[in-house]
Amino acid sequence: MARKITIEPVTRVEGHGKVTIHLDDAGKVQQSRFHIVEFRGFERFIQGRPYWEAPVLVQRLCGICPVSHHLAAAKAMDVVVGVGPGKLTATAEKMRRLMHYGQMLQSHALHFFHLASPDFLLGMDADPAVRNVIGIIALDKELATRAVLLRKFGQEIILATAGKKIHGTGAVPGGMNKNLSPEERDRFLKGAAPLNIDQMIAWAGAAIELFRGYHAKNKDLVDGFAAFPSNHLSLVRKDGALDFYHGVLRAVDAEGRKILNDVDYQDYLEYIGEEVRSWSYMKFPYIKSLGKSAGWYRVGPLARLNTCDHIPSPLAQKEFEAYKSYTDGKPNNMSLHTHWARLIELLHSAEVIKELLLDKDLQGTKLVKTGPRAPEGVGLVEAPRGTLFHHFRVNGDDQITMANLIVSTTNNNEPMNRAVHWVAVNTLSEKPEITEGMLNRVEVAIRAYDPCLSCATHAVGRMPLDVSLVDARGRVLQREVR
Amino acid sequence: MSEITITIDGRACKSPAGRTIFEVARTNGVYIPTLCNYKDLRPVGSCRVCTVRVAGRYMAACTQVAIDGMAVENTAPDLEDMRRSILEMLFVEGNHLCPSCEKSGNCELQALAYRYQIMVPRFPFQFPVRRVEAVAPKLLLEHNRCIQCLRCVRSIQTEDGRRIFVPQNRSRWRKIGVDPRLAAELTDEMALKAMEVCPVGSILRKGVGFAVPIGRRKFDKTPIGTDVAEGLPR
Repeated sequence: MARKITIEPVTRVEGHGKVTIHLDDAGKVQQSRFHIVEFRGFERFIQGRPYWEAPVLVQRLCGICPVSHHLAAAKAMDVVVGVGPGKLTATAEKMRRLMHYGQMLQSHALHFFHLASPDFLLGMDADPAVRNVIGIIALDKELATRAVLLRKFGQEIILATAGKKIHGTGAVPGGMNKNLSPEERDRFLKGAAPLNIDQMIAWAGAAIELFRGYHAKNKDLVDGFAAFPSNHLSLVRKDGALDFYHGVLRAVDAEGRKILNDVDYQDYLEYIGEEVRSWSYMKFPYIKSLGKSAGWYRVGPLARLNTCDHIPSPLAQKEFEAYKSYTDGKPNNMSLHTHWARLIELLHSAEVIKELLLDKDLQGTKLVKTGPRAPEGVGLVEAPRGTLFHHFRVNGDDQITMANLIVSTTNNNEPMNRAVHWVAVNTLSEKPEITEGMLNRVEVAIRAYDPCLSCATHAVGRMPLDVSLVDARGRVLQREVR
Repeated sequence: MSEITITIDGRACKSPAGRTIFEVARTNGVYIPTLCNYKDLRPVGSCRVCTVRVAGRYMAACTQVAIDGMAVENTAPDLEDMRRSILEMLFVEGNHLCPSCEKSGNCELQALAYRYQIMVPRFPFQFPVRRVEAVAPKLLLEHNRCIQCLRCVRSIQTEDGRRIFVPQNRSRWRKIGVDPRLAAELTDEMALKAMEVCPVGSILRKGVGFAVPIGRRKFDKTPIGTDVAEGLPR
């Protein structure tokens, strides 16, 4: 008898999503879909607002990585006020970088330790009642404490640069509204243990070790789970280095051949298209030159380490070399290796924070510049979950007339659907009974992409996942709702 | 000039004769909240947030002249609740979205809401449909936030005394407009003054926003009214 499985809500992700898997009479997977069931409409209601509100208003899309939206919108508005890329004062640009890398630190720590690690440290088949961050605290108090403090440190950096840990106002069109005081700097550099940057660097390194240990013991799972070839896209610095704040667009295919290189993101519309499908509120972006069916791509830590040539910080570069050698320098297409890549980025973020804290430019007082006005601007950053596009048009009265946001999770829409399909085919197909552990594997695949479903749909809601099993006639046979 | 003595919540307050209850309170370090009243402007008593009670009768402290021997009630629980209800009405009849408002932290309405610990208004939100209006080369009017205090109408004038801001329409349709010819000649200084005189985020100077970081805004450190209680100049 044919069946339909629905997983709703998907847990330990940001936002509200569900998965449906259709099985035929023989229990074979016919179709699987990862649906986003929220709708918010930020792109519409920001129309008419003064342009300088955009960085503050649009960041309300998200409570996890609002800094990304704050900075992407600020970068777009920099262009509007005539202070585009490279024209900010040194203090303003470095303060923004500090804010952004602080955010990468907290978000990556949150995702790996709080959301993803229960699957690894407690097991994918563990009782869901303990397969969570509380279970991690019970298992390893020291590790859980590190997780909390790593995140806290990142949040404190955001507080010092944006004025608030969540939804601050630091970045304004053309610059910043504050610098970093020597007292704030010294607190981060030489604060009482463990809250200082050297400790954070050490803990980030230890997190990589932790993942490597798990990998060594579970090679087949980590390498094989939801692995599939794809294109990869991200910003890279002009010289090919990893850069989360600014760069040019680069895309490579599954073999590492460059599809896009050195692309100025102001022209992103020439290269990136968005497809709408009737069953999801989330769009499906694609590289135009490859078309809708072949042009989909991955973004995020896995993609970034596939597109960049090197990492501009010593410890992370060393880890990057080991990571790259695992795939003989070729792009890494293994979904669970995203966690490995994310932890290397965690280490890189901590290193960059230290480098910035030692830079005297952060105590500069030239914070804002203006130049000739432009009617529109595009701002891109590499958010924790991947490339984030903000595009605004502003009229002569300073009011926003158009907004287009392509958020990281939207870019990963097709890859997440592919990952879900991989799990459906490889673990659920033709099985007489569907267990909770099997359904969790669907979520593990989604979680690797650290999706922020609220951002992706610009939507508001709870954080649930619903999986249902439906027969060929559309009858729901089994449903797991959390 | 003769001196008078009144009591505010039982506390004796001395003042030269001819001053309003609000002025007497202020010079004696007693805080009475206001929204429509502003520095040297002639008070109009339109917002009623300063309502006090004298001999069982309610009156606006900003317009009522203090008379020797008056016993003024200022902080009776029912009075404070009445003030809170006025603030709640102001919130529900506009669209006050503090998270994205650049006046947040400098907004007197928000500061009073904090002072009165307003969590949820008791009245239903009206969600009026209003637009942001680009009324002058240097100004935007954000009608969603206007509380009709008329501070801009009274204070922003040309050198020859002509008003730039004007109330338009009546009743719930009333809104603040500008004389377009006069507004076109607004200087940067006057545009800044107009924004500062507005107790909320209704008058926005073009091209600048969120210039003061969180932590250094007017009400970030101390609640509204602290300056009066400490006897500091306004």
